[in-house]
Amino acid sequence: MISSYLTLAAVLFVIGLYGALSKKNAVIVLLCIELMLNAVNLNLIAFAKYGINPSLKGQIFSLFNITIAAAEAAVGIAILIALYRNKATANVTEMNSLKK
Amino acid sequence: MLENFIDFLSNGENLLFIIFSMLVIVGAVFLINLQRVVHMVIALATTFISLAGLYVMLDAEFLAFVQVLIYAGAMTILMIFGIMMTKHEKQNEEPKRALHNVLLLVGSIGFFIILYLAIQDAVFPIQEFTSNEENTKMIGIELFTWHVIPFELVSVLLTVAFIGAIIVAKREED
Repeated sequence: MISSYLTLAAVLFVIGLYGALSKKNAVIVLLCIELMLNAVNLNLIAFAKYGINPSLKGQIFSLFNITIAAAEAAVGIAILIALYRNKATANVTEMNSLKK
Repeated sequence: MLENFIDFLSNGENLLFIIFSMLVIVGAVFLINLQRVVHMVIALATTFISLAGLYVMLDAEFLAFVQVLIYAGAMTILMIFGIMMTKHEKQNEEPKRALHNVLLLVGSIGFFIILYLAIQDAVFPIQEFTSNEENTKMIGIELFTWHVIPFELVSVLLTVAFIGAIIVAKREED
């Protein structure tokens, strides 16, 4: 049973990776990163039930993971809004001020 | 073949797993393929709620409620606010980065194949977590005894990140 959960998490992670690298809209890139973090959470919780030495530690670790993901999304949206106010774009290919 | 499949589906747990995982993958694929940004966020909300269902199947009820509250609730609303603050025209871009996209597709599929082979090769012990009725209580006890320092550090980190987000997003008035 655990290998089906791990395969599902791998599918989610790869879809998130593809979206994060191919989309041009910065909001969608952030959403795809959240998708990848969710895949990792699913792995942690699956191992907390079916893995070697199963215990509650995996669930606690994924709680910390969710917290960090929330902080990351908040800071990402804040940077996006500040950037939009200055450059009037939400396109990741135009966010290249540091390259100039 | 077909009998095996029907046998597999007649188990309630397997049937639930199939339904939830289908919903998860369909939501993720729609997130990639839909045209409008708000529709993409709705598809992602479907994925998050179905993941909460999978967490319930894995004896993680507390995590399931946290998932619904934080991801399906707060994160989706935050992203919709982000979409409202910025302007989006309908994405109908011509494939300008064709080579980039092809390489990305090949790389992603290759990565998935590597992961799949590794999962199939690995040997896991048939050993199941014996969950007691009071999972949430046990999580609370562990969090405030054994993991109390990481817990406090995470709370400080979250406060700092949110204050920083407010300062970054604030309109600069001189």
